[in-house]
Amino acid sequence: MSVLAQQLLLGLLLGGLYGLAAAGLSLVFGVLKVLDVAHGELIMLGGYMAFFVVALLGIDPFASLLLVLPLSLLLGLTLYWGLFGFVVRADEETRVKNSLLIGFGLALALHALAVQLWTADERSIVTPYGGAVLSVGGLSIPVVRLVSLALAFALIGGLHLLLARWRWGKAIRATAEDWQAALLTGIDVRRAYLLAFAIGTALAGAAGTLVTIGYSVSPSIGLEWTLKALIVVVLAGLGSMIGTFVGGLLLGVAEAASAAAFGGPYREVVGLVIFVVVLVVRPRGLFGR
Amino acid sequence: MTGLLGRHERRWALAIVGAFGLLALLPLAVRRDDVLNFVFLILLSITLAESWNIVAGYAGQVNLGHAAFFGLGALVARTLWIGGTPIAVGLVAGAAVATLFALLIGVAAFRLRGAYFAIGTLALGEILRTTVSNVLPEISTLPAATIAAYRLTERYYLALALAAISVLAVAGLAGSRLGLGMRAIREDEEAAEASGVGALRLKLTALALSTGLAGLAGGLFAFYHISYYPSHPFGPHWTFDALLMTFIGGVGTLHGPVLGAVLYVVLKEFVALRWVDFHLLIFGALFIAIVLLLPGGLVQAGERFARWGRL
Repeated sequence: MSVLAQQLLLGLLLGGLYGLAAAGLSLVFGVLKVLDVAHGELIMLGGYMAFFVVALLGIDPFASLLLVLPLSLLLGLTLYWGLFGFVVRADEETRVKNSLLIGFGLALALHALAVQLWTADERSIVTPYGGAVLSVGGLSIPVVRLVSLALAFALIGGLHLLLARWRWGKAIRATAEDWQAALLTGIDVRRAYLLAFAIGTALAGAAGTLVTIGYSVSPSIGLEWTLKALIVVVLAGLGSMIGTFVGGLLLGVAEAASAAAFGGPYREVVGLVIFVVVLVVRPRGLFGR
Repeated sequence: MTGLLGRHERRWALAIVGAFGLLALLPLAVRRDDVLNFVFLILLSITLAESWNIVAGYAGQVNLGHAAFFGLGALVARTLWIGGTPIAVGLVAGAAVATLFALLIGVAAFRLRGAYFAIGTLALGEILRTTVSNVLPEISTLPAATIAAYRLTERYYLALALAAISVLAVAGLAGSRLGLGMRAIREDEEAAEASGVGALRLKLTALALSTGLAGLAGGLFAFYHISYYPSHPFGPHWTFDALLMTFIGGVGTLHGPVLGAVLYVVLKEFVALRWVDFHLLIFGALFIAIVLLLPGGLVQAGERFARWGRL
């Protein structure tokens, strides 16, 4: 029993990262109506940024977020100006399809680039307190993963506040709701797109940092994380960042439960099956229109 | 307009099949295995790209789970063949299983439109790959007697036949009422339905044709390789390769995927001499440029160039 509880707990801790990974994708998809399947590769890049920041500056791994966040924000701005800014000019149906294709090309190119630059080896950040464990009622909680979960939640909460209070946050939400109406009320829709994409990329960078600290990064993690983020977005729907985070926690727990029931290798399958079923039952998919 | 398209495509089909005829003489002229292996790879790629082109290029449904059908064909053909069944039977059975599975999931998957169909099929492919790698973790190797009797030329001619079949299938489709209906769905599904095209039926037909060919290609893979992990042909890179080759050459045309496959394999093998997977960086970037600037791929570029030449 306590083994099962332990597994579910670890699933919950991992689920926080799923939620964070999905939040960026959800924001970009909800606002730009652009499906960026290179989101997992952006997470991967964030992971490498964190790895090198820690290796070169020797600072605390969690403090590397202070550098990785702005760097990822810049990466997002560059990608929007260079690529996705062209995609949003098309009508909505072409937009989703083209963004899928472009994201796909970007994912392949970034993966190949990462293999060239950093080899295909797995890397992770070793923390001095990496082995520390909290024992609570027979359960052991790895401190690093607990801090990661807390940080993920803090970032999601911060994003929620940003979208609710900040002037441009409101503009982003208005654009997501109805971009034509937003345009008519004088909102610079292109600017809202740019901001949403950059913030989405920054969230991917943060997720990558936490993944590299708690687990590991390699050039090939992209597809897996894109799928996780997609599953959570489908589960949680669009519009609420807190909802997305809860969806991530649910996926983490569901995976752990299925691993306990059917054996470890099938943990990936269960999430994907949920995903396909939800998609087919709601054929209009994520919008639910 | 249809007549014109048909004639245009017939000419390309003739040229490509003519080239295949010349390739049939290659094993008589060249006795080097490396050359035959190289051409084999191109032919397998042409089959895979053309098969993907049917459902994505003509019917407009971006199937990102194509590898699942390639893998099923390989799995069934390999199992039957090692069990003592003639490879021809194994190939047909593999294609049949792939097609049946496609029809089974197609009814549900085609409730999804556009990008949702794409990510749904991507997930489906990954479900199959993970399951196969869990159920069959052991590497599959041919028995010693089969290895001793291995003849590369047999595989080469089979690859040539399958590539020819796939090109002829697409050529036949392009000139037919069926192909016209599929293109109508690709351009505007609602408008096609409104003018009496049965969208679901045609999409299922395209999927069946596409996955049947992918199943055959998978069987060829199983017949060709001496040992591989059963989950390998289910890997998403098979889908990605087919997509890149088709888009770079020219999606929804007969000769585009053939050009794309030749270019892709030549560059991949050339670059792989020095850097592993570097070709994906080049093709990934080229692919993005094509989607943004030249949606018709190299074929469209060639047509534009030819038009300038005439002016």
